[in-house]
Amino acid sequence: MYYIDPHIHMVSRVTDDYETLSKMGCTAMSEPAFWAGFDRGSAESFRDYFRQLTEVEPKRAAQYGIQHFTWLCINAKEAENVELSREVIAMIPEFLECSNVLGIGEIGLNKNTKNEATIFLEHMELAIKFQQQILIHTPHLEDKFQGTKMILDMLTDDSRIDPSRVLVDHVEEHTVETVLENGFWAGMTLYPVSKCTPARAADIIEMYGPDRLLANSAGDWGPSKPTAVPDLIFEMRRRGHDESLIRQVVYENPIKFFSQSQNFNFVRPDVVTEKSATP
Amino acid sequence: MNREFFEIRAKILELAASFDRLDRGDGAVEDRRIELIREGLTILDEDTPNRAERVQLLFSKVYSEGWRSEYGL
Repeated sequence: MYYIDPHIHMVSRVTDDYETLSKMGCTAMSEPAFWAGFDRGSAESFRDYFRQLTEVEPKRAAQYGIQHFTWLCINAKEAENVELSREVIAMIPEFLECSNVLGIGEIGLNKNTKNEATIFLEHMELAIKFQQQILIHTPHLEDKFQGTKMILDMLTDDSRIDPSRVLVDHVEEHTVETVLENGFWAGMTLYPVSKCTPARAADIIEMYGPDRLLANSAGDWGPSKPTAVPDLIFEMRRRGHDESLIRQVVYENPIKFFSQSQNFNFVRPDVVTEKSATP
Repeated sequence: MNREFFEIRAKILELAASFDRLDRGDGAVEDRRIELIREGLTILDEDTPNRAERVQLLFSKVYSEGWRSEYGL
């Protein structure tokens, strides 16, 4: 089955992972900007990172037939440094015309501080000004519930935000309902220990239905598994769910959400064009 | 039940071994975390739905509706 991983940090992965993902049916992916495992010292470090996301990774992915898309921001952890964050936010418009940029992300909260919230609001202003979609990181573990509610407050308090163009990621059992009820898209991150397992993600799909739900692997430099989405596909099949239901979550929903971005020039491998059908 | 029994059995066994490990360890474990774990185990034993959601909320920080005014945002 073809699938799209809507949230995977390929800068952290070796090239062999691209090959494995391609063999498992991954046909496209989107990579939000995130924390590198250490705090960067200057805005110029982010300029190089954004070049990696917009120039290097698309080429690396294309070697294995995977279409690579990306999102730009300064992540919630480094957003604690307000001065640096404002320099990075001022630089982002230089990259918004790059052909694989889908929007602003993954913005969000980490420890739910005032500085993080301040920079979240400034990222929102950037997205509104440039009519960009938004991809959101919600905090982990004990901070998730509080942080998700704070993020939803900031989004829903601003009438200029269209919920159908916002994806709220890392939802779990205690946050998914309020995200969906407010009209946003919700992403389940399949990740050991601190996020959601494939079995629990399948439970959430059974309880809330497949509409506006996505599944991703995160696939970062931590103890993550880049092939976690195929694990969910396997779990859903094991439970006897229809292929059409599984396909909606792992393939059709990402296409529907991303298609709201002008740069999502996705070529569907499952649609035979007139040219390719000609003998 | 056929699909879940051995998985649940294995998870209970892991928990039992974890508690034994705590017992063998040095230092006190009677802090807020052990209280949370005990409350979590109580939720598992209740015959009510949405146990996973309730366990998540048990281990979550409290949300305050007035956080924006507290932060001056």
